[in-house]
Amino acid sequence: MPGTIDAADPIKNRKPARPDSIRLLLNNQLATAGLLVFCLIVVLAIAAPLLPLGDPDATDLANRLLAPSAEEHILGTDSLGRDILSRLVWGTRVSLAVGISATLIAAFFGSLIGLVAGYAAGRTDTLLMRGIDMIMAFPYILLALAIVAVLGPGLLNALYAIAVVNIPFFARNIRGIALGLSRREFVDAARLSGKSNVQILFGEVLPNVLPVIIITMSTTIGWMILETAGLSFLGLGAQPPQADLGSMLGQGRKVLFTSPHVSIIPGLMIFALVMSINLLGDGIRDVLDPRLKSGSLTRPVARTAIERSFVPDVAALREDAILDIQGLRTEFRIGSEIYRAVGGVDLSIDKGECLGVVGESGSGKSVSAMSVMGLVPTPPGRITGGVALLGGEDLFSASNERIRQLRGAAVSYVFQDPLSTLHPLFRVGEQLVEAIQAHGSMTGSQAREKAENLLRMVRIPNPGERLKAYPHELSGGMRQRVSIAMALANDADVIIADEPTTALDVTVQAQILSLLDALRKQNNTGILFITHDFGVVSAICDRVAVMYGGKIVETGTTEEILAAPAHPYTAKLIDCVPVLGEPQRRLDAIEGRPPVVNNLPDGCAFAPRCFHARDDCRSGEIEMTMLGARRGVRCLFPLGEPKQVRETTKKGTR
Amino acid sequence: MGPALLSMDNVERVFGGGKTLLGRVLPAVHAVQGITLEVQRGETLGIVGESGCGKSTLARMLVGLDAPTGGSITFDGEDLAALARSDPRAVARKIQYVFQDPLASLNPRKTIRAILEAPLIHLLGMDRHRRGQRLEELMRDVNLTPEFLDRYPHEFSGGQAQRIGIARALAAEPELIVLDEPVSALDVSVQAQVLNILEGLKREFGLTYLFISHDLSVIESVSDRVAVLYFGNLVEIGSAASVFDSAQHPYTRLLLNSAPAPGRKSLAAEDAETELPDPFNPPPGCAFHARCPSRSNRCREQEPVLECATDDAHHRVACHHPNIRTTVK
Repeated sequence: MPGTIDAADPIKNRKPARPDSIRLLLNNQLATAGLLVFCLIVVLAIAAPLLPLGDPDATDLANRLLAPSAEEHILGTDSLGRDILSRLVWGTRVSLAVGISATLIAAFFGSLIGLVAGYAAGRTDTLLMRGIDMIMAFPYILLALAIVAVLGPGLLNALYAIAVVNIPFFARNIRGIALGLSRREFVDAARLSGKSNVQILFGEVLPNVLPVIIITMSTTIGWMILETAGLSFLGLGAQPPQADLGSMLGQGRKVLFTSPHVSIIPGLMIFALVMSINLLGDGIRDVLDPRLKSGSLTRPVARTAIERSFVPDVAALREDAILDIQGLRTEFRIGSEIYRAVGGVDLSIDKGECLGVVGESGSGKSVSAMSVMGLVPTPPGRITGGVALLGGEDLFSASNERIRQLRGAAVSYVFQDPLSTLHPLFRVGEQLVEAIQAHGSMTGSQAREKAENLLRMVRIPNPGERLKAYPHELSGGMRQRVSIAMALANDADVIIADEPTTALDVTVQAQILSLLDALRKQNNTGILFITHDFGVVSAICDRVAVMYGGKIVETGTTEEILAAPAHPYTAKLIDCVPVLGEPQRRLDAIEGRPPVVNNLPDGCAFAPRCFHARDDCRSGEIEMTMLGARRGVRCLFPLGEPKQVRETTKKGTR
Repeated sequence: MGPALLSMDNVERVFGGGKTLLGRVLPAVHAVQGITLEVQRGETLGIVGESGCGKSTLARMLVGLDAPTGGSITFDGEDLAALARSDPRAVARKIQYVFQDPLASLNPRKTIRAILEAPLIHLLGMDRHRRGQRLEELMRDVNLTPEFLDRYPHEFSGGQAQRIGIARALAAEPELIVLDEPVSALDVSVQAQVLNILEGLKREFGLTYLFISHDLSVIESVSDRVAVLYFGNLVEIGSAASVFDSAQHPYTRLLLNSAPAPGRKSLAAEDAETELPDPFNPPPGCAFHARCPSRSNRCREQEPVLECATDDAHHRVACHHPNIRTTVK
């Protein structure tokens, strides 16, 4: 068998990149406060039988309506002379028990209905969900009242009523999640592993839904306690003499003006309880919700923060370069870790030139490109060094307003997936016109005419009609043409294209590549073309820069690099891809994994995977060795003699 | 060739269609339109096609995740659709599937052990002791250390996750594995690792592969025979050498000329007008005629059938004007 066994290399990554859930929750001060208050109340309620409290139901008419801080009755007495403190603690115990049980019952049945409906879909889903809709059609308090009216007043019946009323809330929430999960590939995979529907539903889908159930419970439990109190307040819940917070409030109402403390004290308790649960619930939701967990709570600013500790000498600008990046460093700070995604990158693009940046995922090629116009999200990203000169102007010291003017005008971007970069709700014409008018004072009709010309320029047939199309009405290739038209809208000097053809079919890819190639020659536009495919590089790029571990490891013209790669990594990268017309060629996999940029090895980052590595490679900083005017390699022992130039076989013509 | 391991006879899959309560006819998409082909025991059949050509629908029908609306699929003499209805586990013991996105096909909340054990328990009914041994074997088969068994999927890279996906398919001890774009979500440097492992496993266990991909160079490097799909139809099939060396269908040649390769300067680029036909309203005649440089009136009217076009009896093509050379320099 080829290759070696992957030993325990994920172990290095075992230390969690993100702080764990409990720490995250405790970082949230409001949630922590909620947690403390809630715990205190729960402990008090649980410990009620152990506390030195009087009998909550013992009446003492002689001492009725005593004010708080009276002897023996710290919180006073109510209209029957019962000790309010004792009733408060016992009542909280009852309210909590009812609220929590109702939540559990609603969560159980609601989630079950939601899971089955979402998983089964089709007719079962329709039937179950229309049933749920019917429950929701009644105002909830009316429905609860109706249920209690049928069953008769009583704490247990109030509990049922509240649980039933809240089932739809769970069912709808869970059904949506289960519906999405049931179409996921791992469900198909489980089916092919021989699992039955029931096994899949509870063994595969449920574990993924569980966080949502917990989130929903944590946010509804406070609400349930309030509803219990509401029913008891109306006299439909706890029956005298039993105390719960709602009935205490109800009894206090009669003496509200003479002895306000009788109703204010249980009211405050309800407030404290519900407030603490809601704060805690919000905290739990923030921690468990994967979308919020990944850092979306911290909204990135409009431009990458620039904190340069190193600014190279600007005088060294090459004359024909339209964009010259020198010593670019970009970092991400996540938790206590610093990820040096880009560690000193030099790139320069001439007018009308196409420079390919090639590398594996995680090599820092996209981050370098995004750093140019400050599009790396801050937090967590920041530019810590280098310059990016656009026609001599340092983009990293330019004002925010200047950057706004240049974005989409002098420097524009084309991304991988046009369906996510075009706005789905606006016609492509409107989006093009917006891009044009953002940078020039054109009237609407002028801009529309220009938009039509742009679509013609990217060879979209029938451009006048296509302006009225929505992105989803166009094919993938057409959408990418629109993105390119938008990038060209303001006569860009440089287009930064980040894997613009990776998501496209080969025939469409060929169209887009030839279009980009023709346009850059016609408009003298420089292109920074990011890709992982040396085939695509051959088709469009004049020069290539190979990136590894956040650094350029080799640069030169496309022909030079393909014919005689000097860096072992480049050679490996070329050799591991199957080539059309050479089916018998043995594919050489690159063993091991790319380095993690928060823990780069000393010396050459590729040394651990390199067959030629010697001891010298593992220490110090490896400098770029220039082999020609624009040909360099960052290797102490570059591959020497030129390899046989690979025959450029054309299959169709053979 | 002996009796085929798998044979598809005029297999069709139509999505949608039917009528509303008021009798309005609903639109229907013919994802797969009458495909007939055979897979021999021990070979690798490569299936090439672009998005929307029906290759994934075909794959799902083969493993019983979907059922054909017309035609029949026979595996080792048994009707697959009927078997999938009566005993889906029997299908899963014969045919397994490797998914395109390795991480999406592993449940994020299950350990690798739980994922790999499922087929051993549910399909093979192994006891605990044998399972332990088998799990270690499986991990070794895909070049992973058994220590990984108690990890969760997110701790793995794409290449490692795909090897776990392969191990899961292998666990059921199937005869045929359907590989649906198994390397297209992987980094180029990892692709080769996975392709080499697949090659080794095939030799070791005498497996049969149905390898689906849009990447012609990958297909060429793994396949014994190649089938080219366009718009739900089989347009060309033959031995890999024959199809890649003397492509007969203009679409196959277009694919070959469009594929980028290191050192290849220019790619065939069609005009922007050339688009896939509307799947709700397929044109009469050959589905490719609008894009075809050598079309004639006959192509517009008459649907071509698969015929031999060369000396090679197994190289067949569905084209009225095969092998009219129109390549781009």
